[in-house]
Amino acid sequence: MAKKKENLDKNLGDSILELLRITSTVIPDDVQKVVLEALKREAKNTSAKYAMDIIQANIKLAKMKSQPLCQDTGTIIIKVYHPPGFMQQKFKKICEKAVVKATKLGYLRQNSVDSLTGKNDSMNIGPGHPQFHFIEHNKKSLELKCMLKGGGCENVGAQYAMPFVELDAGRDLAGVRKVILDAIQKAQGKGCGPGALGICIGGDRGSGQMHAKEQLLRKLDDTNPIPELAKLEKDIVKTANKLGIGPMGFGGKTTLLACKIGHLNRLPASYYVSISYMCWAFRRQGIKLDKNNKISKWLY
Amino acid sequence: MVKLDYPFSKDAIKKLKVGDMVLISGKLFTGRDAVHHRIHKGKKPPVDLKNQIIYHCGPVVLEGKDGSFEVKAAGPTTSIREEPYQWEVIRDYGILGVIGKGGMGAKTLKACKEYGCVYMHAIGGAAQVLAEKIKSVDNVYWKDLGSPEAIWELTVEDFPVVITMDSHGNSLHADVDSKSSDTLKSLL
Repeated sequence: MAKKKENLDKNLGDSILELLRITSTVIPDDVQKVVLEALKREAKNTSAKYAMDIIQANIKLAKMKSQPLCQDTGTIIIKVYHPPGFMQQKFKKICEKAVVKATKLGYLRQNSVDSLTGKNDSMNIGPGHPQFHFIEHNKKSLELKCMLKGGGCENVGAQYAMPFVELDAGRDLAGVRKVILDAIQKAQGKGCGPGALGICIGGDRGSGQMHAKEQLLRKLDDTNPIPELAKLEKDIVKTANKLGIGPMGFGGKTTLLACKIGHLNRLPASYYVSISYMCWAFRRQGIKLDKNNKISKWLY
Repeated sequence: MVKLDYPFSKDAIKKLKVGDMVLISGKLFTGRDAVHHRIHKGKKPPVDLKNQIIYHCGPVVLEGKDGSFEVKAAGPTTSIREEPYQWEVIRDYGILGVIGKGGMGAKTLKACKEYGCVYMHAIGGAAQVLAEKIKSVDNVYWKDLGSPEAIWELTVEDFPVVITMDSHGNSLHADVDSKSSDTLKSLL
């Protein structure tokens, strides 16, 4: 009995390590598809085409060598969808061990810095690192989603408190549209474009940003079930791609790959639009585990 | 495609223009946030940076038991964070090139013109394509800053960049920013 339990823990650790490895080194299919479409759009002999060619080569090479797509392996965000009665503390410990192993193997960079002392702990463990979110679901199975959110694209994220006077943007979808496009223009190429946006309308300053990131877990080719948001998502991508910022900010046809918009309730006094920018090296993956804690399904 | 070979010279740098696609062969020194901050605070760089190229990069490096280093990933980091410091490093230590991503601002552009330096844009996120161009890790300095923030002395071959700010006052980033800002106004 004890041995079986040990195996379950070992299997869980191995599955998490594999999730981290694949997330860091292989671009999800839905992202690969839009990157390829963007590559085809850029004109020959331009810096934009050159950038997209290198991006394409990088995607192939990272998978082949099983090495990080980008050296900034980002904030490790782990979402755990678990049945009732799940042991969260134990899970965290097993997960931290897998993170240390992934760091030693070079799937993750030494990426966790003490904000006061500037010291790098070298193994990606510390306050807030990795970042866990536990969600109880009604299934018996355990599902994990992982996002590696790089710092460059995180830095160009934004949050607008509406009304936003500078753009004459009010508390409606027309106003939301204005501030999203403003954020894209301000980001230029600094977030490693062409990127994707996760947006939250409403919530507070904290929940808004979290929900914006949550939108990045949606598959890029899905359709928002709320018709006005589906329409806005399409309009943002189309309009952003008229700005001419292009890959890396070199100028070009593709500035934005996708836009996903969600909403949360707000207080009468507040109306936030929270924007999370994800670089082209869009690293997120998910796994479903079987009863032995082995991977039974990849979610993207 | 233009070739830029080591040792780098001011003459070669001055010939580079915005839009040039360049393959660099020779030495690069990484240096990012903590390095620039430390130099700005008055500490001298641990290596002579005269006529060298600085690379805004925090690589993934594995250290072998024999003390050897293996670069596993090495793309550029966002350069704009060094905007308060870069001009000073160009002026005081005579660097000829800055490699990074996302471009830099007016202070750096002015320093590029005054002292003869260029900003070279590497492809952000392309950590594998760029790591393949690194032929050796020759030294490491200021490792107390942590591996991604240390100064790594690298030898590269045909390292691909695009000149986006030249030594004649031209900046692709300023142009794209201004044009996209005008376009946005017409779309809102």
